[in-house]
Amino acid sequence: MIKFDEIKRAVLVSIWFMFLTFPIMVIRVNPVEHIVEWRWKNMVLVGIGSFLLSFVWNYLMKRKELGSKEAEAGEETIKISLFHRALNEKKIYLPALVIFGIFTISFPFIFSMYQTTIMVTALIYVMLGLGLNIVVGLAGLLDLGYVAFYAVGAYSYALLNYHFGLSFWIALPIGGALGAIFGILLGFPVLRLRGDYLAIVTLGFGEIIRIILENWNEFSFGPSGIANIPRPPLFGMDLSVHGSTTYIYYIMIVLCVFTIFVVNRLQDSRIGRAWIALREDEIACQAMGIDKARTKLTAFSLGATWAGMAGVMFAAKTTFVNPASFTLWESIIVLCIVVLGGMGSIIGVIAGALVLVLTPEYLRAFSEYRMLAFGTLLVVMMIFRPGGIIPNVRRTYKFESVKNADKS
Amino acid sequence: MLKLKNVQTFYGNIQALKSVTIEIAEGEIVTLIGANGAGKTTTLMAVCGVVPPRSGEISFMGDPITGMEPDKIVSLGICQVPEGRRIFPYLSVAENLDMGAFLRNDKMEIKKDIEYVFDLFPILAERRHQAGGTLSGGEQQMLAISRALMAKPRLLLLDEPSLGLAPLIIKKIFEIIGKINAENNTTIFLVEQNANLALKVAARGYVIENGRITLTDSSKNLLANEEVKKAYLGL
Repeated sequence: MIKFDEIKRAVLVSIWFMFLTFPIMVIRVNPVEHIVEWRWKNMVLVGIGSFLLSFVWNYLMKRKELGSKEAEAGEETIKISLFHRALNEKKIYLPALVIFGIFTISFPFIFSMYQTTIMVTALIYVMLGLGLNIVVGLAGLLDLGYVAFYAVGAYSYALLNYHFGLSFWIALPIGGALGAIFGILLGFPVLRLRGDYLAIVTLGFGEIIRIILENWNEFSFGPSGIANIPRPPLFGMDLSVHGSTTYIYYIMIVLCVFTIFVVNRLQDSRIGRAWIALREDEIACQAMGIDKARTKLTAFSLGATWAGMAGVMFAAKTTFVNPASFTLWESIIVLCIVVLGGMGSIIGVIAGALVLVLTPEYLRAFSEYRMLAFGTLLVVMMIFRPGGIIPNVRRTYKFESVKNADKS
Repeated sequence: MLKLKNVQTFYGNIQALKSVTIEIAEGEIVTLIGANGAGKTTTLMAVCGVVPPRSGEISFMGDPITGMEPDKIVSLGICQVPEGRRIFPYLSVAENLDMGAFLRNDKMEIKKDIEYVFDLFPILAERRHQAGGTLSGGEQQMLAISRALMAKPRLLLLDEPSLGLAPLIIKKIFEIIGKINAENNTTIFLVEQNANLALKVAARGYVIENGRITLTDSSKNLLANEEVKKAYLGL
C-alpha cells in the first residue's frame, strides 16, 4: 500500500520544514548572557510532525483524486453517500428520528443549564443558517450583511417592549415582518447586482444598520444598548432563570422545527424552483418566464424573516441587546454555517450550525488556538468536501413514459 | 404575428438598432442574418423585453408588447433560446425541461410534451438524469431548444443555434428546426451567422448591417443575390 515514493516525498517535506523553521525553532540567542542555545529537540519534533502531516495530506489528496476519477468513469451510477441512503430507508431513519426527538426533548433535564444555554445559542444559529440558506444556497445571492436583519429583529423586540410594553409573543411575528420589510428594502437597490458586487453592497448594508444603532442615541440608546428585556412569559407565571432557560429552549426547538418545515416546503415549491433557476443562470431564468425581480425580492425577504425572528429570540434570551452583538463577524459565521454545512441542504446547515457553534464552546480550554483550529477546519473542509458536511441532494423529478413505459 | 416597426435600441449612448422593421407571419420560418455586432441578438433581446427599445413599436398578434417585462412576454407565447445555450448546468436534463414548463400547470400535457421532445432528440431521453453541464455542446443546444419548446411557444426565437457546434450536428439541429415548424406550426424567428444554412431552412430572410435592415427577400432570392453571396456566403 505505502509506496517508497510517498515516504520519500514526506521525508523531503519534513527536511524542508526543519530547514525552514530552523532559525526560529532551534536557535535561541540569549543577548544578556551572550549564549546561543541550540534546541535540537524542537527540530526533531518539527521533523516528525511535518512528516506525519504530509503523509496524511498525501493520502487524503490521493483518495480525493481517486474519487473524482471514479466519478468521471462512473456510468450514470450516482454515488449517494451512506447518510443519504440512510435517509431514504424508512427502517433506519424513523427510529433515528424518534431517538433524536426524545434526546432533544429531554436535553434540558439531562444536562446542566449551562449546556442548555449553549444549545439555545446553537439553535438560534440553526435558524439563522436556514434563513440565509434561502438567500445564498437556493437563490445564489451572496449576502454578507445578513446580521442586519438579525439586529432588526432583536431591536424591534427591545424597543417595542421598552416603549409600548409589547410582549414577546406579539413581538415575534412583528420582528419577522420587520425583517422581511428590511429584506425588501435591501433587495430593491441590488436587483441588478450579482456575485461580488452584491456581496459588497450587502456588506455595506449590514454595517449601515450597525452604525445607525451605535450612533443614534435617541433611538437605540447607542453602544450602551437596552437592558432588562423580559424573557418570554408562560401564562403569567414567574419563572426562575433556570425555568425560563428551559422554556426558551423549547420555544427554540418549536421554532426550528417550524423553520425546517417551511424551508423544506419552499424548496420544492414553485418559488423554490424559480430560486434555483435564478441561481443557475439569470438570463435563462428570464427566458423561462420567471419574474427575476420578484424572485430576488422574495428570496431576500423570506430569508430575512427568519433572521428577524431569530433576533427577537436572541433579545429574549440574553435580556440585553447592544450593537456589539451584530458585527460583520456574525454574518461571516452564519455564511460559514451555510457553506460548511452544505449549500441548499437543510440537514447540512443544521449540522454546520451545531459544529460551528458548539465546537468553539467546548474548545474553551484551548481558547488561544480556537481561531487557528477554526481556520484549519474551514480550509481542510473546503478542499476535501467542497459540497459541505452533508451536501444537498435535490429531489429529482421522475418522468414516466406516457406512451410506452419501458422504452428507455 | 410579430411586427417590429422602426425599433431603436441603445446600450447607454451607443445605438445598436437604427430603425429596424421586421414582420413575421404565423407559421413562417424567418431568418435574420448579419455579421458580428450587426444587431442580431439585440433585435431578439428587444422582442423579449430584456433590452427594451427606446423608440419604435413591437406588437405580437396585434397587441403592443413594447416595454413589457420579459416574463409577461414569455407568458404570451414568445419563447427564446438564448445565445450560447444557457442551460441550467447543475440541474438534470429532466429538471431543465421541467423549468421550461415553469409557466404551465397542466401536468399531463407537460408529460406529453416531454415525450415529444424526447422523440425529437432521443439522446436527451438517455441522458435525462445527467446534469445539464456535463452534456456536450450539441446536446446542450438540443436541450436548450427542447426546454424552450416545453413552454409551448407560439413564436420560437432561436439565437445562433449553430454557435460552436460541429457541422454534422448543426445540420441535424437545423433539420429538427424545420420539423418543429412543420409539425406544430410553430412560428420560428431564427437569428444566424451561418447564412447558408439559415436561408435553406427559412422561407424568408432579413439582412442586418450596423443596426439597419438592408435587404429583405425570399430565401431563394437572397441565396442568389450577388451581394449576399459575397458578404455572407463566402462565394
